[in-house]
Amino acid sequence: MSLPKELSYSEEHEWVKVEGEKVRIGITDFAQSELGDIVFVELPEVGDELEADEPFGSVESVKTVSELYAPISGKVVEINEELEDSPEFVNESPYEKAWMVIVEPSDKSEMDELMTAEQYEEMITED
Amino acid sequence: MADLKRTPLFPEYEKHGAKTIDFGGWDLPVQFSGIKDEHEATRNKAGLFDVSHMGEIFVEGPESENFLQKMLTNDVSKLEPKKAQYTIMCYENGGTVDDLIVYQLEKDKYLLVVNAANVEKDYQWLEDHLIDGVSLKNESDSYVQLALQGPVAEKVLQNLTTLDLSTIRFFRFEFPVSFEGVADDAIVSRTGYTGEDGFEIYIPKESGPLLWQKIIQAGEPEGVKPIGLGARDTLRFEANLALYGQELSPEISPLEAGVGFAVKLKKEADFLGKKALLKQKENGLERKLVGIEMLDKGIPRTGYKVLSGENEIGFVTTGTQSPTLGKNVGLALLNVDYTEVGTVVEVQVRKRRLKAEVVKTPFYKRG
Repeated sequence: MSLPKELSYSEEHEWVKVEGEKVRIGITDFAQSELGDIVFVELPEVGDELEADEPFGSVESVKTVSELYAPISGKVVEINEELEDSPEFVNESPYEKAWMVIVEPSDKSEMDELMTAEQYEEMITED
Repeated sequence: MADLKRTPLFPEYEKHGAKTIDFGGWDLPVQFSGIKDEHEATRNKAGLFDVSHMGEIFVEGPESENFLQKMLTNDVSKLEPKKAQYTIMCYENGGTVDDLIVYQLEKDKYLLVVNAANVEKDYQWLEDHLIDGVSLKNESDSYVQLALQGPVAEKVLQNLTTLDLSTIRFFRFEFPVSFEGVADDAIVSRTGYTGEDGFEIYIPKESGPLLWQKIIQAGEPEGVKPIGLGARDTLRFEANLALYGQELSPEISPLEAGVGFAVKLKKEADFLGKKALLKQKENGLERKLVGIEMLDKGIPRTGYKVLSGENEIGFVTTGTQSPTLGKNVGLALLNVDYTEVGTVVEVQVRKRRLKAEVVKTPFYKRG
């Protein structure tokens, strides 16, 4: 199970990477392995406003649909269009090729509510 | 999880990295290596399934044929020893109690293989209608059922028995079959739930784990893999094989679900549901199960509404991305006015309405 130290994590299994004034968001290695083969990713549009803890898209495996919950509020400035044709990136490369959206956070203090890699690891091993 | 039932094969799951789920009160593997991988293995090589959760009800006695003619929609009189038949059990109103396979073991002795979630309900239903000269026995807990499905199934299984498996034709079976060093009283039928060639094997539960291990061992060089419920569902779905609870239910008749081939309205016996089904046929069906393929991007899922303009015209019974075709397809029970191939409908996928087209089924047919 890969859990890069430089990322922050949400209870809903998203990772957040700070890149200057923006953040990049995706789902964790743990989440993709629980979901199994991802066959479809539904993302918001550029310009959409995300609200923390609210659904902003979904990932679908062969068997199920799972909502994506925004780890942080803000405006979507870029989406990973490659996931439309290559949803399998989510399984193959959850932290690199399968980033999902880049967001301009509206309230950076929300970052403080996210977990460190160690805290997230503790959470998923408790389950 | 403590209250979940387990089949005798449960200890084997772990050896192959299974992820288990609660499936109608059973702790069963949803996947081993991954749904897509298992699906492909079954289509191209073969897959081994533990389906011991299925129910086995024995019907015996001089009146058993008459009894089954009353209870089942297919024509039991067409059976003979070592022949099996797909059939439906209906309520008086034509709704479905269950779909099942009936095996004629010998004259006046039958085995009904029913869905796991329906064992008690079916048994009760049969008992409520029981006639003199018939006895019922629920032996579901005494049997392990394994399915070996796929192009190399026969080759692999042949390693374990001296019986010439090629002599068993589709929907025929052999009994008693000996698997060397395992058991000498198995039932082996050329049946399945995947759209592939293959066998289903019923064996006393004590012998189940050993037979599983031997098939795994014999199958390894041929690419045989253990298969979970996830791929079982995608495989049967592509082959347009109904799943009770989705395509069939107390609210859905077998005629609506497209399994009319198992409903013999012309048979003499007055079976439960016959009157209602005859009426459905005479008046014309109001709804019908069809295939749909998404034109817009999205995946149809069980229960999603299907619309045409402002009219709700039906719902999706099963849908996924077909692992074989890579297309987003579904089965949907629709108002019959919208069931012609090529008709464009809309599927309510969460907040969005996405276009789909009525297409032919099955989505997959063995070449």
